[in-house]
Amino acid sequence: MAGAKEIRTQIASIKNTSKITKAMEMVAASKMRKAQNRMAATRPYADKMRNVIGHLFHAHPEYKHTFMIEREVKRVGYIIVSSDRGLCGGLNNNLFRKLFKEMKELRDSGTEVDFCTIGNKALGFFSRFGGNIVSQATHLGDAPHIEDLIGTVKVMLDAYAEGKIDRIYIAYNNFVNTMTQSPSVEQLVPIPPKEVEELKHHWDYIYEPDSKDVLDNLLGRYVESLVYQAVVENGACEQSARMVAMKSASDNAGELINELQLIYNKARQAAITQEISEIVGGAAAV
Amino acid sequence: MAMTIHVDIVSAEGEIFSGLAEMVYAPAVMGEVGIAPRHTPLVTRLKPGEVRVDLGDNKEMQHFYVSGGILEVQPHVVTVLADTAIRATDLDEAAAEEAKRRAEDAMADRSAEFEYAKAQAELAEAVAQLRAIERIRKGKRT
Repeated sequence: MAGAKEIRTQIASIKNTSKITKAMEMVAASKMRKAQNRMAATRPYADKMRNVIGHLFHAHPEYKHTFMIEREVKRVGYIIVSSDRGLCGGLNNNLFRKLFKEMKELRDSGTEVDFCTIGNKALGFFSRFGGNIVSQATHLGDAPHIEDLIGTVKVMLDAYAEGKIDRIYIAYNNFVNTMTQSPSVEQLVPIPPKEVEELKHHWDYIYEPDSKDVLDNLLGRYVESLVYQAVVENGACEQSARMVAMKSASDNAGELINELQLIYNKARQAAITQEISEIVGGAAAV
Repeated sequence: MAMTIHVDIVSAEGEIFSGLAEMVYAPAVMGEVGIAPRHTPLVTRLKPGEVRVDLGDNKEMQHFYVSGGILEVQPHVVTVLADTAIRATDLDEAAAEEAKRRAEDAMADRSAEFEYAKAQAELAEAVAQLRAIERIRKGKRT
């Protein structure tokens, strides 16, 4: 009965692990619900802003802001949104893999790439990968605030305004539903024109102090709000991915415990049988 | 009933207020403005201050603090795109500098980590050599 004790300790340790994964699953589930609410709460702002920008463009088609002008692309910037913590399945890796492929194509065609990372995982991955990280933000927590992102995004926008980079993409996980998150890369700046051209009627405004000033302010904020939305959405993805990963970990632990329990019972049975036959054998000898 | 105008106050982090009002007062950069129904379309930047919404019908006035933002007036809708953060050019500049510095730190850390790994490898090698020497010495003694 040598193996029995070892099996017992193994079962105990797996039980402990499954307790942890189960707890993490439940925490992730409740956090996910909150993150989804937060996701829904950010929508009206971006929608309203898109509306205002749409009106402005209709009223002033001749004034082109730098954020609207397409340039020849020599250098692109990526804003990469990732989670701060691991244990969330393949969430971050799927996104990085997708990015990696795109970047390879860009590099092959002679385009340089700059990074702006949000979240620990992206920072770790892309600094190892040897990318040029121009700005970063980490430890945003479960309820990210827009002021934590302003500086990070501004570095990219300034680089764009100065002509150092010619296009900015944002890479994040799109929340489809609890089970599915799809990594997506979208163009952020120059703002794709289709986004602002869906208006039925339009009018011109009175501007205070002047149209240029208002537009500059609006567009900067619009981009920030898109980044913020991506961060919040990625947060919801992280929690749901973690929930699913932890659920499968708990299930696996349960299976493992069952198997081990069977082996343990067999070993115990064998030991008892042996003991009895030894006693019987001993008695027969006397 | 008096004429009303639809008011939406939204920030990037969520909706703050939505409903009908008789009058809206907002701290525009050029001075406080009061918006009544059928005001001409207007877009203006806001400075930090208080947005007041008069609901009419002897209801209490609603107060909201905004730390800046943009006010948009359409004939029947007023939208306040409120900032949740305090914004100023130099503050933003400082935040950008901070983000840049953090990135540089992280890159510097990477080299430190790399050196640490290298040092660790060298240490392991030295320890292995020492052990070998010890073993040889022991072998000679016995």
